[in-house]
Amino acid sequence: MTWRPRLADGTAPVLVVLGALLVALAFTGPAYAEPAGYLALLKRAAPLVVLAIGQYFVVVSGGFDLSVGSLVTAEVVIAARLIDGDDANTAWVIALVLGFGVLVGLVNGLVTTKLLVPSFIVTLGMLLVLDGAVFLWTGGSPRGALSPSFRAFGRGGFDVPVLGQVPWSVVILLVVSVAAVLLMRSGTGRMLSAVGDNERAVRLAGGRVDRLRVLAFVLSGLLAALAAILLAGFAGVSAQVGTGLEFRAITAVVLGGVLLGGGRGSVVAAAAGALSLEALFSLLNLLGVAGALESAVQGLIIIAAVAYAARGTGSWRRLRPRRPGPVTS
Amino acid sequence: MPERTFSGGTAPRSRKIALTPTATVYLALVVLLVVGSVLVALKGGVLLDQGGILTILTRATALGLIAVGQTLVIVTGSLDLSVAYLVGLCSLVAAETMAGSGAMVVPGVLLAVALAAVVGLVNGLVITVLKANAFIATLGVALVLRGYLEHNYTGPAGSVPRSFQHLGYDRIGPVPVAALLVLLVAAGAWWYLRRTRGGYHMYAVGGDVEVARLSGVRTGRTIVTAHVLCSVAAGLAGVFLAARLGSGAPYVGTDAGYDLESIAAVVLGGTALAGGRGGVVGTVGGVLLLATLDTVFDDLAVDPFFKDVVRGVVLVVAVALYARRRSSRRSA
Repeated sequence: MTWRPRLADGTAPVLVVLGALLVALAFTGPAYAEPAGYLALLKRAAPLVVLAIGQYFVVVSGGFDLSVGSLVTAEVVIAARLIDGDDANTAWVIALVLGFGVLVGLVNGLVTTKLLVPSFIVTLGMLLVLDGAVFLWTGGSPRGALSPSFRAFGRGGFDVPVLGQVPWSVVILLVVSVAAVLLMRSGTGRMLSAVGDNERAVRLAGGRVDRLRVLAFVLSGLLAALAAILLAGFAGVSAQVGTGLEFRAITAVVLGGVLLGGGRGSVVAAAAGALSLEALFSLLNLLGVAGALESAVQGLIIIAAVAYAARGTGSWRRLRPRRPGPVTS
Repeated sequence: MPERTFSGGTAPRSRKIALTPTATVYLALVVLLVVGSVLVALKGGVLLDQGGILTILTRATALGLIAVGQTLVIVTGSLDLSVAYLVGLCSLVAAETMAGSGAMVVPGVLLAVALAAVVGLVNGLVITVLKANAFIATLGVALVLRGYLEHNYTGPAGSVPRSFQHLGYDRIGPVPVAALLVLLVAAGAWWYLRRTRGGYHMYAVGGDVEVARLSGVRTGRTIVTAHVLCSVAAGLAGVFLAARLGSGAPYVGTDAGYDLESIAAVVLGGTALAGGRGGVVGTVGGVLLLATLDTVFDDLAVDPFFKDVVRGVVLVVAVALYARRRSSRRSA
């Protein structure tokens, strides 16, 4: 048996796109002539990639998580308020932030599976609740400050002989990616994907569908919390830090060829999709495309990407996630 | 199944009263009006005086138009995330075409509606011809519209002649003229969905695209029609907001979050997000419920951000109730 890279359906195109973008970057920006430029790109992209990986778990199991953007905002605001600039608070606040992410994911998952509410609606409700609660708590402007040790995860790094400074966020990103790949190759990961493909079949085969679904939401919440830590370190505290990130994460996942409705696509492709999106933004910046037009270009590209991915698969029959039985997501 | 046991321990509670989601939302509306009136009265105000009714109906107007359009799309099994930016764009097109002159009112409205129809056509064609997922297709179109708005506008532009502002402010008794127009549009949409072949095809496509296709329904055409109608409704909302504000405002739709809000209103009204079930009547109830909730909270001087929290909870609870009832009826 010869080993060859096992690429899931639809993984190759996004890797090609990513490669092309990176080459284009190398030609346009002098900063990308050496590893440091790419490390900076990875550092910028780390929060979105982490979010996209979380979103992937939910999407591949046949759902949506629209709450991650507001969850990121909530986490950043909570962390700033609780740390209040004191380094001594860093450790327990990080634990609390991650715990809160898990809790939000758990609520999303339980309401989706036990109350049979479509995940689109559950996470939309969660978005409204989190947004409202954060503003209610802060009165519109976040107070407090992050400690240097908390921010180190997003902005700090350590020195390596050849590469120069390697950001911590890149290390975290690598760990998360490897863990995600291992999970998706395990039995649990395969079952998760199967739930998105045909929930009834998994149920009849004795799979614990509800538990897998909840797991997906918990992972998404946890990774959103992690992304919030990275983003807070990188970008600082504001009440808009997470705005629109949910759609960007879903875009990244879809750009990676993962089918909305579940059952198709690989986690590597989702991460590559997020990286491509960030590389695209960098490229547009370098090319001097006005910031305002950026979203127009993004819109055209995701339509093109999805249209390309849908060629011949006839997947538009599934405008919506499949509905085998009473549970809709 | 426990629901079947007529004799025995568990009494068949909700056997006789078949509460459809539509009935539920209107019941909730009545309860909210009563409870709200009492609470507001305790604070020394009146909820349902002339001003109160006017506030509720004015609030419901723009969202109502968009949500009625969104109903058609969701019934067809699709959804439209581009309406929020489209509302802003149409308000600008209408206001800039009118440019303060009374003679340009009709061309302004027509142009805005035509543009909306084109955007809807693009949405529909991207979904059916390019076979893109509706979520992504309309999100992509939304981003394109957003890029255009951000590139070309920084704030309000254009101006609406005084004669056209009557649409935004005139009223008959406590009822704004615009609210009557919304009712007219809703009635039209109801008639289309329930009384015409095209409407039945929308339910069929939303129920199961494949079955619909095999039954001879032109599914692509049905989906495109739904999107065009939805966008036209959103365009009308933009025109109304222009009349209300006196000029076009690029972010009037997104600031109010009309994209997700309209989907919330539709789902609150009992239309299944997965398509094939529900209707306009429930949507109107959902919109009124949201508008009343807002007005009650304003009268009670509740923190505005608390409204979002309540709105989120109401949405999830309502859909959970509908889902529960549906699944128990199915198993019964």
